[in-house]
Amino acid sequence: MSEVLLDIKGLKIEATSYPPGEKPRQITLVDGVSLTLGKGKVLGLIGESGAGKSTIGLSSMAYGRGGVRITGGEIWLKGRDILKGGPEGLRALRGREVTYVAQSAAAAFNPAKQLMEQVVEATLRHGVATRAEAEARAVVMFGKLGLPNPESIGQRYPHQVSGGQLQRVMTAMALCSQPDLVVFDEPTTALDVTTQIEVLAAIKEAIAQTGVAALYITHDLAVVAQVSDHIMVLRHGKMVEYGTTKQIIETPREDYTKALVSVRSIEHVEKPGGAEAVLSVAGITARYRGTKFDVLSNVTVDLPAGQTLAVVGESGSGKSTLARVITGLLPPSAGRITFAGRTLPAALADRTKDDLREVQMIYQMADVAMNPRQTVGTIIGRPLEFYFGLKGDAKRARVQDLLDQIEMGKGYIDRYPAELSGGQKQRVCIARALAAKPKLIICDEVTSALDPLVADGILKLLLALQAQEGVAYLFITHDLATVRAIADRIAVMFKGRVVRYGTKTDVLSPPYDDYTDLLLSSVPEMKLGWLENVISTRKMESAGN
Amino acid sequence: MTRIPLSAMIGLVFTSAYFLAAIFASFIAPYGMAEIAGDSWEPWSRTHLLGTDSIGRDLLSRMIWGGQTTIFVATAATILSFTIGSSLGFLAAVRGGWVDQSLSRWVDLMMSIPSLIFALVVLSVMPVTLPVLILVMGLLDATRVFRLSRAVAVDITVMDYVEAARLRGEKQGWIIFREILPNALSPLVAEMGLRFIFMVLFISTLSFLGLGVQPPLADWGGIVKENKEGIVYGIPAALVPAFAIATLAISVNLVADWILNRTTSLKGGRG
Repeated sequence: MSEVLLDIKGLKIEATSYPPGEKPRQITLVDGVSLTLGKGKVLGLIGESGAGKSTIGLSSMAYGRGGVRITGGEIWLKGRDILKGGPEGLRALRGREVTYVAQSAAAAFNPAKQLMEQVVEATLRHGVATRAEAEARAVVMFGKLGLPNPESIGQRYPHQVSGGQLQRVMTAMALCSQPDLVVFDEPTTALDVTTQIEVLAAIKEAIAQTGVAALYITHDLAVVAQVSDHIMVLRHGKMVEYGTTKQIIETPREDYTKALVSVRSIEHVEKPGGAEAVLSVAGITARYRGTKFDVLSNVTVDLPAGQTLAVVGESGSGKSTLARVITGLLPPSAGRITFAGRTLPAALADRTKDDLREVQMIYQMADVAMNPRQTVGTIIGRPLEFYFGLKGDAKRARVQDLLDQIEMGKGYIDRYPAELSGGQKQRVCIARALAAKPKLIICDEVTSALDPLVADGILKLLLALQAQEGVAYLFITHDLATVRAIADRIAVMFKGRVVRYGTKTDVLSPPYDDYTDLLLSSVPEMKLGWLENVISTRKMESAGN
Repeated sequence: MTRIPLSAMIGLVFTSAYFLAAIFASFIAPYGMAEIAGDSWEPWSRTHLLGTDSIGRDLLSRMIWGGQTTIFVATAATILSFTIGSSLGFLAAVRGGWVDQSLSRWVDLMMSIPSLIFALVVLSVMPVTLPVLILVMGLLDATRVFRLSRAVAVDITVMDYVEAARLRGEKQGWIIFREILPNALSPLVAEMGLRFIFMVLFISTLSFLGLGVQPPLADWGGIVKENKEGIVYGIPAALVPAFAIATLAISVNLVADWILNRTTSLKGGRG
């Protein structure tokens, strides 16, 4: 084993939580985690939200976010215990020996300063190099990270570059002071898949060339498999499993790791065609008021009754706008929506109660899709009362039926949304949609904000409900694994147009159009060496052209 | 949740003492409101706990009767201003467009005139009776409440749950009172504590200037006015109502703070 750079022993991290209406109490975020990281190695920290992975990552700089305290253990970096270094020691360490790449580059940059100013700031502050040297170094890093115009991109402001580029600039910032260790905290999570692959490749390349060690924090096992040498699986602040990347991916030992590896393995056979279309969207063109730009142009898709149409695309492709048009929130400038054999009025105000009842919607953020001041019983009960006039005990009994259907059982009916977990919240939203006995449910990125295992549960529930109730789904997502798991038909959207539409088998089998090819090949696979393969294939193709 | 914090306890005790004294003034007050019970400006004694005023009326009785008027007018005006201000504010936020524009600009216009001057002008042409006072004060203050409730509601109307209610086909009434109001309550309650005290000060100011509550009806501002000459001779009669206003202000806001804590907790409301 190579020389040890970072050695964390029995780390314990606590915080004080302030539950409303109760006495503050101590909670343990990280309990007894030990890890070692050799020089130039990459360790992937993986786990669901609340697993303590970011907290551990930041502890390598002896930093605790918002009231978090390191209460036990030792953190040895290059042979000294950084917890004993005091504020001066830490100041010398942060931004010099250990640097950090945050998840949201857009929020991490100061919008009022040029990129170069921010990239070299830590390097200059620590006196590692003169300004000229530091800037020269940054330009080299920009080039290595594949940024366009490395000479001049530093003169731009954060809003003048794309999200993927900004993430790479932040990586350059982290590498500029030539640190020994970089902490990457979900650096690609907020990016589209086609952008993610570029950033991922750039990060991997930069790590290889500079020989820096890295902690790579993510919830996506397929991503971490591409960049790390070792992987540590965390859950509830404790280590579940530690091993080489190959061992974790190919022969996981613990049940939890197995579940993470096999996530999204739902086999869904598409339903036969021929069913009558419950929803037909014909030639829809739409733009937002006061703009001169068509967000949707000439979109035409059909959704057979009881089936699932997945609308796939990157952010800005117009897929959520399509949902707004179908629900009537944004009347289209051209085109027609036929629903259950009748033409739907374009504007919400012109639709009948039945029109509204039969099209329901489930949102991405279950948190804000439910009124925090209403109980689960009120949230689910309101459509029952509103559409079917159910009251009192009959309503309560039906709400309980619905809760049973979403596998939540008793004891939840009088709770408030704040007392539910993320997955449970989304289930309640599903029950609310179901309560209206709709023919069509529009699901807008319903699993994107959830941890993979929870998302899996939601998808299984949606499939089961479709089998029971015969409801059709218009499933909007950017995640192709989800599409494979649930879709019968797929529409691929790009810049407001449907570039590919058909049954799942047709859409997902070659020959592809360029965009679908790019999209499909960008989805990380849980295989070693996948990234290199894709990148080299793309290079060969572009060389061949 | 079940335990009331000390500060709220103090607030509750004082606030309820003031309100009870106001409600049961006729039973508590040792003398009648306008009854001459001694010489002018008698010192504090067993028969006159707070002494007497400029024309020999018992000051404690005057304070209790005056508290009744002051608190009643302030409460009624606060309720009026919140009812009008918040419903119009929510309506402006939910409807947007020209409804919002015309209401907001009208409020801007009202607010551009200093409210004390506006009230003085109106009251100098209108007969000064309690209903008129309440109406004028309530309407003038409704503009401030409108601003606040519109700002709060605009944030809430863009939430997905309001969109979900719209998609369900809910009427405006449901959206305003069932989706928005419960979530806007915390800032409104906090504002209500403050506004009530501003109302007390406002009515006291008007009375001090002679355009508020008319004698022989007692009210705290009026008591200051009647006894202000006494200050020169070291007679504290005018300071008693000032002390009453100050303690009422503090205790009402202690209670408002506590209600605020309760409503923002468990139910996961806005911070």
